[in-house]
Amino acid sequence: MTTANILEVKDLQIVARIAGHDYIAIDNISFSVAQGRARGLVGESGSGKSLTLRAIMGLLPSNVRVTSGSIKFHGKELLADKGKYRKEILGTGISMVFQEPSVALNPVMKIGKQITDSLVQHSDLNRQQARERAIDLMNQVGIRDPHKRVDDYPFQLSGGMKQRIMIAAAIACGPELILCDEPTTALDVTIQAQIIDLFKNLRKDLNVSLLYVTHDIGVVAELCDSISVMYSGRIIEQADDINKVFSNPNHAYTKALLGAIPRIDGPIQRLKGLENTAPSLTQRSQELAPPMKEIEPGWEIAQFDFADLNQLQRATSHE
Amino acid sequence: MSTLTPTRNGVFSSLRKLHINNFRLYLGIFIVLTVIAMVMMAPYLTKFDPIEQDLMNTLQGRSAKHFLGTDNLGRDIWSRLLYGGRADLFLASAAVLAPFIIGTILGAICGYFSGWVDTLVMRIADVVVAFPFYVLVISLVFILGNGVSSIFIAISLVSWVAYARIVRGETMIVRSKEFIEAAQTGGISNRKIITRHIFPNVITQAVVYAMSDIILNIGVIVTLSYFGLGIIPPTPDWGRMISEGQQFLAGGYYSLTILPAIAVIITSLGLSFIGDGLAQLLRVKR
Repeated sequence: MTTANILEVKDLQIVARIAGHDYIAIDNISFSVAQGRARGLVGESGSGKSLTLRAIMGLLPSNVRVTSGSIKFHGKELLADKGKYRKEILGTGISMVFQEPSVALNPVMKIGKQITDSLVQHSDLNRQQARERAIDLMNQVGIRDPHKRVDDYPFQLSGGMKQRIMIAAAIACGPELILCDEPTTALDVTIQAQIIDLFKNLRKDLNVSLLYVTHDIGVVAELCDSISVMYSGRIIEQADDINKVFSNPNHAYTKALLGAIPRIDGPIQRLKGLENTAPSLTQRSQELAPPMKEIEPGWEIAQFDFADLNQLQRATSHE
Repeated sequence: MSTLTPTRNGVFSSLRKLHINNFRLYLGIFIVLTVIAMVMMAPYLTKFDPIEQDLMNTLQGRSAKHFLGTDNLGRDIWSRLLYGGRADLFLASAAVLAPFIIGTILGAICGYFSGWVDTLVMRIADVVVAFPFYVLVISLVFILGNGVSSIFIAISLVSWVAYARIVRGETMIVRSKEFIEAAQTGGISNRKIITRHIFPNVITQAVVYAMSDIILNIGVIVTLSYFGLGIIPPTPDWGRMISEGQQFLAGGYYSLTILPAIAVIITSLGLSFIGDGLAQLLRVKR
């Protein structure tokens, strides 16, 4: 990889305190987003993908904390100094699009104001300039008649339009990286396709990097160029080139995930579901984490080495 | 017109619905505005000075000259009612404003940040609430001395607690909403999140409470004056009128006591109608 990494997460561990016990919710994950590229973070519900995004944004609930590891944006640590640097770059450097646009917009604030809320915070635009900028942004995210719509309240918009407004707000300050927390999950399929197209265009026009969290591996295939597959709080396979994983998945779980999506090419066959559900947070094994192995440059999977096998046997015999 | 959709009377039906639903609101606004207008226009509605004594014409009944008669010192009751309302209403509304502002700001800060600020402010609030409202206000006025400013300070010191608690609870609900997180990810400062995102969503409850708080304040002011702790004479005021008129009840001069009492009741009724109507109108549909 020749381009620099805009976001670098290294050995991140997040611990959740539930009923007086500490549980490791995210176990030593490392990944990076390269400048101008999009990384998909896939996994089933509860695998810790949203928690990872929240840790980057500093939105962790009060019973959850980062215990070790680092999150670097342009090489500068976000977790240092109680997130002082993070406060500076929120909005202007990194912004976020949420899953549920109907609750991510303030119900009693005009959408035009919400779009430029963070822009006004970070610049000295006056009211009129902010309004015009909001109309520009609404044009950019494909809202028709932005002049009329700018003074609407969120309840006057459809779900897809609300998500467009959220995206407009996210790009308002010209961030270099947008974190997307399942932005299409709450939308129906046609709108979903439109929003994905919008993200594609934004990537082209603004050269913005994406970290795209979803459980829909199909969306990742369409939008992203690198992928990290999460399972049970760990990354089990990741590649800088998404096509490698899709054409030749190495980890059994990735294979199972890919087997669970219908294909229009290839022979007609029954879809396979995943065999088991992932263990819940409180039941996870904390010791038996297979280490990440690089199987070729820019492609890692979680796998026990034969040398580790003795260790594994020892660990299991203890139980 | 399509046969599939039920016909509606459009604007008229929705207007009528609004009227029926909020009859109390309109009635309350009408009553309160009338009272305020009468009190404001006192000099035009009566030609008598409320503190001018006429010892030749004491305790007179209704007459063409004195619309509601005169009191034990020959003062015109009608003009005393009007001017007394001025003092009471002004003080009651002024004494709502300060606790409203203080309580709302403190409540929002507590609810938004939680932590030690929250603990500190809420424990102080607990201390204030631990005493009965009237006992606390009366003793505070007793310590501070009679007069408008000490009533104002006493009420402010006590009644901010209610606002703080209401707004704190509402803020904690709103704070967990995703749009607050969205604002945080936009790098919006906490101060702006509170003023622009939290306040508009929580202020309703405080406004509705403020209406009933004015009534409470009128009650407090009248009570204090009744005890001789309130507005300093000779400024006319409903509470003092009631207490001074009391001694003439036995002689059959009811109007001295009952008329200011009715004025208090009508004003309070109007305000509570507004409170109810507002609660219904502004209720956030969740």
